[in-house]
Amino acid sequence: MAENHATATDVPVPYSTGDSKITDTTIAEMRELAARYPVGRSALLPMLHLVQSVEGRVTPEGIETCAEILGLTGAEVSAVATFYTMYKRRPVGDYHVGVCTNTLCAVMGGDVIFDRLKQHLDVGNDETTEDGKITLEHLECNAACDYAPVMMVNWEFFDDMTPESATQLVDDLRDGNEVKSPRGATICTWKEAERVLAGFPDGRADEGPTGGKATLAGLRLARERNWTAPSPNGGGSPAPLDGGPGPRPEDQPGRESQAVHTDDSRKED
Amino acid sequence: MLTPVLSDNWDQIRSWQLASYQRSGGYDALRTALRMQPADVVSAVKDSGLRGRGGAGFPTGMKWSFIPQDNPKPKYLVVNADESEPGTCKDIPLMLASPHTLVEGVIIASYAIRASVAFIYVRGEVLHVVRRLQQAVAEAKEAGFIGTDILGTGYDLDVIVHAGAGAYICGEETALLDSLEGRRGQPRLRPPFPAVAGLYGSPTVINNVESIASVPAIIKNGADWFSSMGTEKSKGMTLYSLSGHVTRPGQYEAPMGITLRQLIDLAGGVREGHELKFWTPGGSSTPLLTAEHLDIPLDYEGVGAAGSMLGTKALQIFDETTCVVRSVLRWTEFYKHESCGKCTPCREGTWWLVQILERLEHGKGSKDDLETLLDLCENITGRAFCALADGATAPITSSIQHFKDEYLAHFENGGCPFDPMASTVFATAGASA
Ligand SMILES: Cc1cc2nc3c(=O)[nH]c(=O)nc-3n(C[C@H](O)[C@H](O)[C@H](O)COP(=O)(O)O)c2cc1C
Ligand code: SF4
Ligand code: FES
Repeated sequence: MAENHATATDVPVPYSTGDSKITDTTIAEMRELAARYPVGRSALLPMLHLVQSVEGRVTPEGIETCAEILGLTGAEVSAVATFYTMYKRRPVGDYHVGVCTNTLCAVMGGDVIFDRLKQHLDVGNDETTEDGKITLEHLECNAACDYAPVMMVNWEFFDDMTPESATQLVDDLRDGNEVKSPRGATICTWKEAERVLAGFPDGRADEGPTGGKATLAGLRLARERNWTAPSPNGGGSPAPLDGGPGPRPEDQPGRESQAVHTDDSRKED
Repeated sequence: MLTPVLSDNWDQIRSWQLASYQRSGGYDALRTALRMQPADVVSAVKDSGLRGRGGAGFPTGMKWSFIPQDNPKPKYLVVNADESEPGTCKDIPLMLASPHTLVEGVIIASYAIRASVAFIYVRGEVLHVVRRLQQAVAEAKEAGFIGTDILGTGYDLDVIVHAGAGAYICGEETALLDSLEGRRGQPRLRPPFPAVAGLYGSPTVINNVESIASVPAIIKNGADWFSSMGTEKSKGMTLYSLSGHVTRPGQYEAPMGITLRQLIDLAGGVREGHELKFWTPGGSSTPLLTAEHLDIPLDYEGVGAAGSMLGTKALQIFDETTCVVRSVLRWTEFYKHESCGKCTPCREGTWWLVQILERLEHGKGSKDDLETLLDLCENITGRAFCALADGATAPITSSIQHFKDEYLAHFENGGCPFDPMASTVFATAGASA
């Protein structure tokens, strides 16, 4: 992160109490974020991610800087920052390690894994190891239930975990071994991850596969059995699918008319 | 049986890159759409019968047609990529494997509603998905699919990838808008609906990732092609996500109306040596179903008639080793944690629900507690500000309906009668805890 060479002591930084690492570069990047949106305030969430990438947490200086740039009060920014669980008031370690303990993962082993890691690392939920390397937190469903039990390191997927693979993973992280997500990139630091979330790409999008085994489960089966969607009739552009015989509408389950239930209590518009 | 369309290119090398996507016919639909009148694109989507894949099933084309084109304010498209409903895991793998399918859909949808800025609001906790979306948008800009005078048509569009920061409620569309405006994500009072006064008070369409990603295939292959799949009122193919105690969990793209029996069969059956106990048709906010419901068509009407909702088609499968009280308690803790605090029935109600369920799970409850639970649920459902609270009561009321004896067993037993190790994936693999 070459842009952060300047330190708080050689660059005048507004609202710095001395240990803030927010520099003119950070401020320029915050303004850049605000300029991407039709209304600057929309950049507040990205700006807070950027604060975390620089400070390792949301600091009072970070809050004041966001407020200053967006023309808000510190209290207004604070009210937003405290609403979202990804924003941390206490310093986060190099690696944020999450264990999904929402029902499905918990039942499949997430609870056992989380307990094991608490013991192994000697920390509680949302606490950081003494060496400052790992912050452990239990997570809600991370949209990877087909890989349960699921863990996340710096918001990268770790699939189909066991207590053994979980302790191995955190040991590798602490020992500084290179760790790769099975569906993502080589693990960077939490601060580097926060920078990407703020909206500054790190060029790692091409690492990792298209998906894991579960992602491709249905497609593989379809290929094996030569199942495709129906091919479009008539002219126009060619089908994206090779033209195997797709299921006909009348072969499909539930084609017969159903009990009609149009009263949709969650109608949105 | 399976009809891969959205997932069809997921086994291509580097399917997330523009070059790969175009080799599979990607962006052909955009060219077709840009030769059409915007209103005709809306009509095509209407005619296809596509209904929102974010849970509510509202007809997508109709939603687009609500945008008042005589309103002089700018129009916006916002993609809901917040995917956080427990059990739901379809949009994330789609965006990871083929972000361009979504991006192409975004451009077509924006053109149809005449938006000049579109947003993809993706939950923050999925770093690699954010990377792939950022890259896909950059590639599409480079190729002239996003930007000014797109493909020489005079149409301008900017697409912004926006990462959230961890709050389930931001998946609720009006909370999402507040969040995207840089505020706490709390739902708004409706009306006005977003189509009239959404982002920055301007007409806004909000659609789920899968809804928008379905649009290129509709434009390319035609509305009739799409509606040739599925059932009478639930058209097209869709991603069903199987998780939990099945042999091969994962994404199965099939026509609307397939049954769980068929899907479990495709997934290699329930975990060996075990049997289905309960399942969710569309995430934790949809009432639990049981083995009795294996043959209902998984479409909006079929699941509705069975007393639940199709929701996000997140089929979480639990076998007989799973304690239903523990499961429901955990979901309830989730809703309590995620309640945005705006209204009392939800903020206080979810807190009370957790208290009572905890007591029950630990064998310290009584029959009266069950009554109190049901009573509370009745007082919360339909009385809260948004649908989060209705979702919170769904697992409770449905589990009491189907598994009352198991609740009773907890306090007759003086505690949970289940061994929590037995339900884990490593119970059978022989690993010890
Ligand atoms: C508490 C709550 C959470 C929601 N989360 C999501 C979500 O993560 N993704 C989503 O697409 N829709 C979610 N929805 C539904 C949205 O409000 C909205 O109906 C949907 O995005 C509309 O898109 P569609 O018409 O394409 O389905 C949620 C609704 C509620 C009440
Ligand atoms: S129902 Fe819950 S989440 Fe929805 S507005 Fe009320 S407190 Fe917030
Ligand atoms: S429940 Fe753990 S990822 Fe969904």
